[in-house]
Amino acid sequence: MRSRTLPMREVHVWELPVRLYHWINALCVTALCITGFLIGNPLAFMKGTEAYLNYWFGTVRFIHFVTAFLFFFNFIFRIYWGFVGNEFSRWYNFIPLKRCQWKEIINVIKVDVLQITNKQIDSIGHNSLASLIYFVTFLIFLLQCLTGFGMYAAMSNAFLPKLFAWVVPFLGGDMQVRQLHHILMWGFILFALVHVYLVFYHDYIERRGVTSSMIGGWKFIEEDVIERHENRSEDCPKD
Amino acid sequence: MKNKQPSFYEEVKEGGISRKDFLKFCTTMAALLGLESSGIGQIVKALDSKPRLPVIWFHFQECTCCSESFIRASHPIVASIVLDKISLDYQETLMAASGYQAEEAYKAVMAKYPGEYIVMVEGSIPTENEAYCCIGGKSALQILQEAAKNAKAVVAWGNCASAGCVQAASPNPTGAQPVHKVISGKPIINVQGCPPIADVMAGVVVHLLTFDRIPQLDELGRPKAFYSRRVHDTCYRRANFDAGLFVESFDDEGAKRGYCLYKMGCKGPVTYNSCGIIKWNDGVSYPIQSGHPCIGCSEAGFWDNGPFYQHLPSIAGFGIETTADKIGVGLGVATAVGVAGHAIVTNIRKHREITNAPAAGSEIETPKES
Ligand code: HEM
Ligand code: HEM
Ligand code: SF4
Ligand code: SF4
Repeated sequence: MRSRTLPMREVHVWELPVRLYHWINALCVTALCITGFLIGNPLAFMKGTEAYLNYWFGTVRFIHFVTAFLFFFNFIFRIYWGFVGNEFSRWYNFIPLKRCQWKEIINVIKVDVLQITNKQIDSIGHNSLASLIYFVTFLIFLLQCLTGFGMYAAMSNAFLPKLFAWVVPFLGGDMQVRQLHHILMWGFILFALVHVYLVFYHDYIERRGVTSSMIGGWKFIEEDVIERHENRSEDCPKD
Repeated sequence: MKNKQPSFYEEVKEGGISRKDFLKFCTTMAALLGLESSGIGQIVKALDSKPRLPVIWFHFQECTCCSESFIRASHPIVASIVLDKISLDYQETLMAASGYQAEEAYKAVMAKYPGEYIVMVEGSIPTENEAYCCIGGKSALQILQEAAKNAKAVVAWGNCASAGCVQAASPNPTGAQPVHKVISGKPIINVQGCPPIADVMAGVVVHLLTFDRIPQLDELGRPKAFYSRRVHDTCYRRANFDAGLFVESFDDEGAKRGYCLYKMGCKGPVTYNSCGIIKWNDGVSYPIQSGHPCIGCSEAGFWDNGPFYQHLPSIAGFGIETTADKIGVGLGVATAVGVAGHAIVTNIRKHREITNAPAAGSEIETPKES
C-alpha cells in the first residue's frame, strides 16, 4: 500500500449557497443549451400528422423559458452573495484590480496552461486566472439574459421581461438579438468543455480535492499556503 | 381651417365614390387602426369637414414600389385622393408638371402651408457623395432638409426611407441613410415594409388627418397599430410551429400540408408587421399563405440578414453559408483537440512526479520548485 501524510488542513471554501448556486447554474445552462440548440435547429422527426395533436416544440420553448427564469434569479443571487459571502466568494476575487492578482494570472499560465514550470500556486479559493474567466463568464450570463429577455419581451406582458424591451431597438432588431443570443450559446459550450476539463486537471495534479469542494465545500490546503495566506499584507488578499 | 378648400369627402365625391362606399372605407380604417366604434364617427367627421392634407412626396434612392403598393390599396380612396390630386402639390412620379414648374409646385406648398404640410419620402438619402441623388440641381439631402424644416411631420415610406433597405445593404456604396438619420427635431413615422402594405399606408394618412397628430410609435418609429406584433404571432401556420411540424424543403409533404416555414428560413419570428392580419392585394393572401417564408422586409438590415432561406444569418467574413453553429462546432473541435493535447502533456508530467515520489508511508513536502 502506498500512502503518505501531508501537512495539510481542510478549509471551508464554498458555503452551501455557493454550491447550490453552482449546481443549479450548471443544470440550467445544460438545459438551456439543449433546448436553445433545438429552438435554433428543430428536429424534423414528425411528418404526416396534424398540428392540433402535438405540442413538442412549444414544450421545448416552455422549458427554455422556465429554465431561463431560474437561471436569471440564480445568477442575481450569486451577485448578491458576492457581497455577503465568505472571502473566497466575494466580488473582488473576480476582478483583477491588484498587481498580485495579475502576477498570479501569469504564474498560472506558466504552471497550468503552458506547463513550463512546477511552481506552486498559492490561492485557496479560485486562482486569479480562473476568477477572471468566471468574471468573463458572468458577463456572458448577463448578455445572455439581456438578449433572451429582450426577445421574450415581445411575447409577454409581465413586468420583468418588459424591463428588457429596450434591448431589441438598441441592437437594431430581433434578428440581431437572436443571432447574438445564438452565438453566445457557443460561449457557454466552450466554457463548460474547458471548465470541466480544468477541474479534473487540477484535482489530478494538485490533489486538493477541488472537484468535491463544489460538492462538500471543503478543500485540502497545504499548511505553508495557509500560513502565507494568514500573514498576507492587508491590501492584497491573495498574496 | 381653410374652408374655401373642398373637404376630403367632397373631393372623394367628385371622384364618383358614393356615400356608402365612403362610409365603408371609414369603418375599415377605424378597424385597421384599432379604434373603438366611436372612432368611426371621428373619422367620418374629420374626412367630411377637413380638406385633404397638403403633401410633398419625394422620391430619392428607391424603386417606387411604395407608390405602387399604395395605389393598389383594397380601399383606394386615400390613395386616389393623395395621389390623384397630388399633382397639385408635388409627387415626382405622378405629377403633370415637370422641370421648373415642378420645382415651383413644391415651393408653393411650402410657402402656402408652413407647419401644416406633410413630407412623404420614398427612398434613402446618399451621404457618401450627395451627388448620387440629385433633383433639379439639388441633392436629396438638401431637398429633404429644406422641405422638412417647416413640415408638420415626415412620413418615411417603406424600408428605404425607414432603414435604408437594399441601397444600405453591405457595403452600402452610396452611404445611403434613412430619413431619421439625416433629419432631427421633426416627428418621423417609419411605415416599414418593402413595400409597406397599402392599407397600412392609408391608415397612417387617415390617422394624421383625423387626429391631427402622429400615431403612437414603437421604439423604432413604426406605428404601433400595425407593427406591434410579429408576423409569427398572427401567422395561421403558428399551430404547426408549436407542434414542431416543419417544411423541410419546398414541395415536400410538409409544404403540401401547410406546415410551418421556420426551417425554410422564415423571418416571421423576428419581423413586426401586419401581413398575417391585413394581408396583401385586398386581403387575398400573403407570402406565408402562398408557401414562401417571410423575408423580414419590415426590419432594418433585412438584406444583410441573409441568405433568405436560412434560419440565422451567415457570419460576415466566414463565407456565405457559415452560420454561428458551423463556427461553434469548429471551435468546439479545436478546443477538444487543445484539451486532449494538454491532457497528454499533463500525464507526462504527472508520470515523472509519481516515479520521483518517495516511498510509501514517508512524509513528504508538496513538490516545489526552488
Ligand atoms: C445559458 C443560457 C442560454 C442559452 C445557451 C440559450 C440558448 C438559446 C438558443 C441557442 C436559442 C435559439 C436561437 C435561434 O437560433 O433562433 C435561444 C432562443 C431563445 N432564448 Fe435562450 N438561451 C439562454 C438563456 C436564455 C434566457 C436567460 C432567456 C430569457 C428569457 C432566453 C430566452 C430565449 C428566447 C425568448 C428565445 C427565442 C425562442 C423563440 O422565440 O422561439 N434564453 N436560446
Ligand atoms: C460536471 C460538471 C462540473 C463540475 C465538476 C464543476 C466543478 C466546479 C468546481 C470544482 C469549481 C470551483 C473551481 C475553482 O476553484 O476554480 C467550479 C466553479 C464554477 N463553475 Fe463549475 N463545474 C461543472 C460544470 C459547470 C457548468 C456547466 C457551469 C456553467 C457554465 C459551471 C460554472 C462554474 C462557475 C461560474 C464557477 C465559479 C463559481 C463561483 O465562485 O461562483 N460549472 N465548478
Ligand atoms: S411560417 Fe413563419 S411566421 Fe408562420 S409560424 Fe412558421 S415561423 Fe412563424
Ligand atoms: S411576410 Fe414578411 S417579408 Fe413578406 S411582406 Fe410580410 S413582412 Fe415583408
